[in-house]
Amino acid sequence: MTQVSFEASFQKKIDEEIMIEPQDYMPDEYRKTLIRQISQHAHSEIVGMLPEANWITRAPSLRRKAVLLAKVQDEGGHGLYLYSAAETLGITRDQMLQQLHTGAAKYSSIFNYPTITWADMGAIGWLVDGAAIMNQVPLCRTSYGPYARAMVRVCKEESFHQRQGYEIMLTLAKGTPVQKQMAQDALNRWWAPALMMFGPLDAVSPNTAKSMEWRIKRFTNDELRQRFIDVTVEQIRILGLDLPDANIKWNEERGHYDSSELNWDEFWNVVKGNGPCNKERLATRVKAWEDGAWVREAASAYAEKRKTKKAA
Amino acid sequence: MSNENKEWPLWEVFIRSKAGLDHKHAGSLHAADAQMAIENARDVYTRRMEGVSIWVVESKHIHASNPEEAAAFFDPAQDKIYRHPTFYNLPDELKHM
Ligand SMILES: [Fe+2]
Ligand SMILES: [Fe+2]
Repeated sequence: MTQVSFEASFQKKIDEEIMIEPQDYMPDEYRKTLIRQISQHAHSEIVGMLPEANWITRAPSLRRKAVLLAKVQDEGGHGLYLYSAAETLGITRDQMLQQLHTGAAKYSSIFNYPTITWADMGAIGWLVDGAAIMNQVPLCRTSYGPYARAMVRVCKEESFHQRQGYEIMLTLAKGTPVQKQMAQDALNRWWAPALMMFGPLDAVSPNTAKSMEWRIKRFTNDELRQRFIDVTVEQIRILGLDLPDANIKWNEERGHYDSSELNWDEFWNVVKGNGPCNKERLATRVKAWEDGAWVREAASAYAEKRKTKKAA
Repeated sequence: MSNENKEWPLWEVFIRSKAGLDHKHAGSLHAADAQMAIENARDVYTRRMEGVSIWVVESKHIHASNPEEAAAFFDPAQDKIYRHPTFYNLPDELKHM
């Protein structure tokens, strides 16, 4: 087959909703886009452990501590599923970690915001994991097999993450006035950053069209963001908290909630590395990798020893 | 910071979800040796009691059919519909067959 016919039969498979598997032909750009997207996604799961791990020792009860620990452990698992999926495309784990540690690779900018009170654990589970689920459910049917299969696993595990977060918010919102204020403050701070998790406006998102054509993405950033706003407004009402944006209003004609324009200068600023916690997150991550060097070396030495013993 | 040649090998993980079922491919992971691969597989793939047994195989030992030759390779089975029970015309009153 010629290059042109390879590409035509690739697109035909995509259009017929046939999954692409690691050994199948795929255009270079498709491969590159997937490596970028899946590794960024993996990095987000890994860096995403940091803001929450920060609160494990200070969780207010043994139950909350066990739950938070389990959630953080799940996020580590998600990172591993996704790194493995990316590796099937021909990049190594070490290359990806290097890209993360040198700052060459991006991760979700939401994790560059600080977690200053316990209510932030509620708001993150509810809003951040909630937004992630909204993004990830359509990815269970994305065109690349290993990515889709990883996402099925991830989505199964995510649902408790959101529910435990909402439960924290509910407890605070029904608590003392000070606790309720804490919940409100967390909602106010996390609302806009959570909406930014869906990425830039469609109008300035150059990769969207191609990603939709390749069925890597199935909905645009704006579609998913709107869907998230619509379901979350109802959830805020159930908590009995005030809406975090005075411009949230039901639009009869559109059948959706209207809301304020987001501060995209802030978004790009955080993406470029100037958010409140970018440097701290990266430094923590690099330190964890470097402090773990002796463990990796010891495990390799032990494996080598066992191998020679067996051979003897 | 990273050390390309010291990356642990990749292992494919197969999990039996309950007694009586086949081991099914669950995913892959890196580990220094088989024992560590099994322990890591437990933590990565069975946090919610998804398994009662784990197999690990170093990925380099897996041999696969060639996807570019898949059409020709699987072709011999295509025109043998008489291998299926529905190929045979039998009277409706015939039961339990
Ligand atoms: Fe996750
Ligand atoms: Fe999560």
